[in-house]
Amino acid sequence: MQIPAPFDYVRASSVDNALALLDRHGAESRVVAGGHSLLPMMKLRLARPDWLIDINDLFELDYLLIDGQTLRIGAMTRHTTLLESDDVQRLFPIITDAERVIADPIVRNRGTIGGSLCQADPAEDLSTVCHVLEAVAVVRGPAGERMLSMADFHRGPYETAVAQNELLIEVRVPIRAGSSSAYEKVERRVGDWAVAAAGASVTLDSAGAISQVAVGLTAVGLEQNVTEVEAVLVGQTPTEELFTEAGRLASLACDPLADQRGPIDYKRHLADELTRRVLRAACRRAAASASEITI
Amino acid sequence: MTILEDRPSNPAAGDHDRPIGHGRMQRKEDPRFVRGKGHYVDDIVLPGMLHGAILRAPVAHARLVSIDTTEALAHPKVLAVITGTDLQALGLAWAPTLSMDVQAVLVTDKVRFQGQEVAFVVAEDRYAARDALELIQVEYDVLPPVVDARKAMDADAPVIRDDLEGRTDNHIFDWEAGNKAETDAVFASADVVVTQEIVYPRVHPAPMETCGAVADFDPIDGRLTLYETTQAPHAHRTLFAMVSGIPEHKIRVVSPDIGGGFGNKVGIYPGYILAVVGSIVTGKPVKWVEDRSENLMSTSFARDYIMQGEIAATRDGKILALRTNVLADHGAFNATAQPTKYPAGFFHIFTGSYDLQAAHCTVTGVYTNKAPGGVAYACSFRVTEAVYLVERMVDILARKLEMDPAELRLKNFIKPEQFPYPNKTGWEYDSGDYEPTMRLSMKMAGYDELRREQKEKRERGELMGIGISFFTETVGAGPRKDMDILGLGMADGAELRIHPTGKAVVRISVQSQGQGHETTFAQIVAEEIGIPPEDIDVVHGDTDQTPFGLGTYGSRSTPVSGAAVALVARKVREKARFIAAAMLETRPEDLEWEKGRWFVKGDPSIGKTMAEIAMGAHGTVALPEGIDGNLDAEVTYDPPNLTFPFGAYICVVDVDPGTGHVKVRRFIAVDDCGTRINPMIIEGQIHGGLTDGVGMALMEFIEFDAEGNCLGGSFMDYLIPTAMEVPDWETGFTVTPSPHHPIGAKGVGESATVGSPPAVVNAVVDALAPFGVVHMDMPCTPARVWEAMQGRTRPPV
Ligand SMILES: Cc1cc2nc3c(=O)[nH]c(=O)nc-3n(C[C@H](O)[C@H](O)[C@H](O)COP(=O)(O)OP(=O)(O)OC[C@H]3O[C@@H](n4cnc5c(N)ncnc54)[C@H](O)[C@@H]3O)c2cc1C
Repeated sequence: MQIPAPFDYVRASSVDNALALLDRHGAESRVVAGGHSLLPMMKLRLARPDWLIDINDLFELDYLLIDGQTLRIGAMTRHTTLLESDDVQRLFPIITDAERVIADPIVRNRGTIGGSLCQADPAEDLSTVCHVLEAVAVVRGPAGERMLSMADFHRGPYETAVAQNELLIEVRVPIRAGSSSAYEKVERRVGDWAVAAAGASVTLDSAGAISQVAVGLTAVGLEQNVTEVEAVLVGQTPTEELFTEAGRLASLACDPLADQRGPIDYKRHLADELTRRVLRAACRRAAASASEITI
Repeated sequence: MTILEDRPSNPAAGDHDRPIGHGRMQRKEDPRFVRGKGHYVDDIVLPGMLHGAILRAPVAHARLVSIDTTEALAHPKVLAVITGTDLQALGLAWAPTLSMDVQAVLVTDKVRFQGQEVAFVVAEDRYAARDALELIQVEYDVLPPVVDARKAMDADAPVIRDDLEGRTDNHIFDWEAGNKAETDAVFASADVVVTQEIVYPRVHPAPMETCGAVADFDPIDGRLTLYETTQAPHAHRTLFAMVSGIPEHKIRVVSPDIGGGFGNKVGIYPGYILAVVGSIVTGKPVKWVEDRSENLMSTSFARDYIMQGEIAATRDGKILALRTNVLADHGAFNATAQPTKYPAGFFHIFTGSYDLQAAHCTVTGVYTNKAPGGVAYACSFRVTEAVYLVERMVDILARKLEMDPAELRLKNFIKPEQFPYPNKTGWEYDSGDYEPTMRLSMKMAGYDELRREQKEKRERGELMGIGISFFTETVGAGPRKDMDILGLGMADGAELRIHPTGKAVVRISVQSQGQGHETTFAQIVAEEIGIPPEDIDVVHGDTDQTPFGLGTYGSRSTPVSGAAVALVARKVREKARFIAAAMLETRPEDLEWEKGRWFVKGDPSIGKTMAEIAMGAHGTVALPEGIDGNLDAEVTYDPPNLTFPFGAYICVVDVDPGTGHVKVRRFIAVDDCGTRINPMIIEGQIHGGLTDGVGMALMEFIEFDAEGNCLGGSFMDYLIPTAMEVPDWETGFTVTPSPHHPIGAKGVGESATVGSPPAVVNAVVDALAPFGVVHMDMPCTPARVWEAMQGRTRPPV
């Protein structure tokens, strides 16, 4: 049994109550959602909050709904809910792809999208997914709500724009016609964090050319999307040569570290390889869904 | 899953699920485990029990400058803080290891590995004990560590064991087996010689239950009851008596349900001793249970062998000789557990399953600033390393000769008529018939078809590999004349009592950590005396309740205690004959045995069942001269030789050429463990061991950085396989009984762990053949496989 340092615990009854509690208990208080990042760190005594504010009763933040051209995901939505949603699979297969390889069922049953994005672990998968999907984070604090692009929300490893007295409330993902997406990860074992991963989203126009594209990488030291690929791909009809070029750019754009998961050149190679794979899959899926619609 | 149907070993039993004797039956212990009613050390709660926690060293090598425990002692819930200085006063700062070395219980002079025990806190609850660790102030003077075993013997290497008189280096032992001159001569004249450095990296058994103890010292009558996660309760009792001065009859060691051992729970860890000291100091029971990181960082690891392998052969594939020099990293204390004569365990069975002209090995053990251990993880005393070496070398030779690895093996097997087979390093293999086992595995795999598929795939650039491993184990230690641990001979006792109503209790000296002793040993008795296994209680794990014996490890339970149990049952059966004769008013020699019953020769209608005889024994029948009024017996079994189980494993992998990711697609395991007592339990042991093997081959590795920091201290970093990494196991079997074992059984607990890693690695290397890869060391993680594909294989250490 690994034992955290002493702490106090309180259950929040509503979003406002949680915000009030954060305000009252100050800098050394933390909210706990699924607890699958925070509790392990506490057990290793790497995190030592004085107060733990449990937000698991905030069922009002556990939802998935399609609102016009937006998929709205409540911050307390569990990984499992995302994994099992048909709407998500249809609209954003990148989320389903990613969820399939995030941890294991036990972690997925508790872990939340809010916790994942706020934890901002460099090997965390949903941050990449949200960058690629150009999602918007809805953050609420004492001064009201803020809407942040992922670029503004996600500041770097373990760092987001969410202040100590704020909560991430919702993630909004724009739905685009003619688009699809994919995610692929290399892990040493099922349930392990990524050695490297890549995600891509593409939109094909009626002629089958790429009208929009985003590529993101996980665990290789690149927090934002690989913006270099846009210039190369937009306006082009997808081909292996283009994917190869995109892969090359991705491997140049990343900045991995050597660790037990692998050396730098391997991770750069994966950035390349996986970028090609996810672009290929996303284009194939986008083309397939386009042909379905025309039928 | 493919399971070839077993020959019903007991057709008379009729009901396949409930054999009266050997056969497939569900485990008697499972109802309590599947209902969560197992009772482990951590489930033990005694009145007034206190809790201990260990402060561990944050660095690998450092002089201890000072410890200040004032603040910790001031914690309102803390009752005691014990340091090395306190233990020194009691003469307990150092304890003997199982390898004639000593190990610090708590640091007095110098920290020698990261995670080493520095102080012990006893508090009212576990939380307070843990919190108080942070209140102990320790000052260290950090020293340069020895991390790389290859540099341990350098002239300028820091001397780790300056506690030992006259130590000027980090050398522990040199050991050799076989004949060097003969071997060198064969090598000198051989057509083909291949050489390869092969590293078996440091891994950890990582049992589901970590180590722990509850010590209860009664200050009034001086009695110590020690509940421990131990695989060897009797040996521990004796050693505790020798070290602590508490007389042996006042010590009771209880090993309750154990959540996996794999050799991790053979040694005596400082935590056990500290729990005892804590109980003596406070006068209350003290529980200490380590957490996962403590288990991974400080308890017995496995392997860590750097092996220079050489194999000599004729051009047409007759293997002539093998030789190897091994550098063994034993960590900071030599605390390996193996028979005293054999500091490298049974590594010298590295000649494998092949008929060689000569063989020679040397093993050099060195100290490094790492956790002690080395013999663990179902290794059969280092047969894992031996099998890995020979099975990799044979594959490398096959590549060199451009021969199919199956064909090369078939060509070189020891022939059935050569058994008992004396190998070139001093073993006498009891029995074997290797070719049918190999052929069965090939048939089950569809070997030729797999090779065809591989050829097609290679043409398309796909990477598929087929790996073979044929292993011979040596288990069941061992004959007392050759084998002891700290002077305790490796024999096992067993006691059997038949109660008046014909129900029985068998008391055994070995202890189960998941092997199913409560079922298997009841079945052995049932087979011999015809009482159903359900009616036979198996008592184990409590030194007050069971006869002396050395414990469960090295796959020795069935070969040694299983033999003891069969013999004690036969003794009871023979005694029953005399009592039955008295009851039937006939002569014992006029009676004939059928399972469960003695009857009059020529008139089967007149006889007595075991239950009737038991009642008679305890009743009023006039008993013959020399037969006392019970149906009990006891024996101590000293095995005449070890047993030599073997098996043929075939692994099929697919490697993703873009990422280096290895997927084990199929695994065929044909085992020959002699007589099969409960095939279901055997399969369970095989499934577990194969999973271990896939884990070691693909992911498991305790790595250290240059400062000696352990990088494998949690399950985030030390990966063990899940159901997703393993295929549906395809198991089969052949039966070649051991000629010297009373029921012909050879033991199977470690076969799969021993035999499977080379099959997986051979498959990975085979898949990478198009890249010119001849060898790669474990673990075959995606990154390491990719590096191999780039022509940059590198040893893990
Ligand atoms: C064994 C294991 C394997 C894993 N593997 C992966 C993997 O492969 N890929 C992957 O992406 N993740 C992985 N994870 C992480 C998992 O997805 C976590 O659940 C997730 O990172 C955090 O979600 P949570 O709800 O558990 O957050 P918590 O642990 O509860 O919280 C994490 C942090 O976010 C803060 N927080 C939580 N919710 C909010 C909110 N609404 N507003 C503001 N702050 C908030 C908390 O205060 C805390 O600082 C793994 C975890 C484990 C234990």
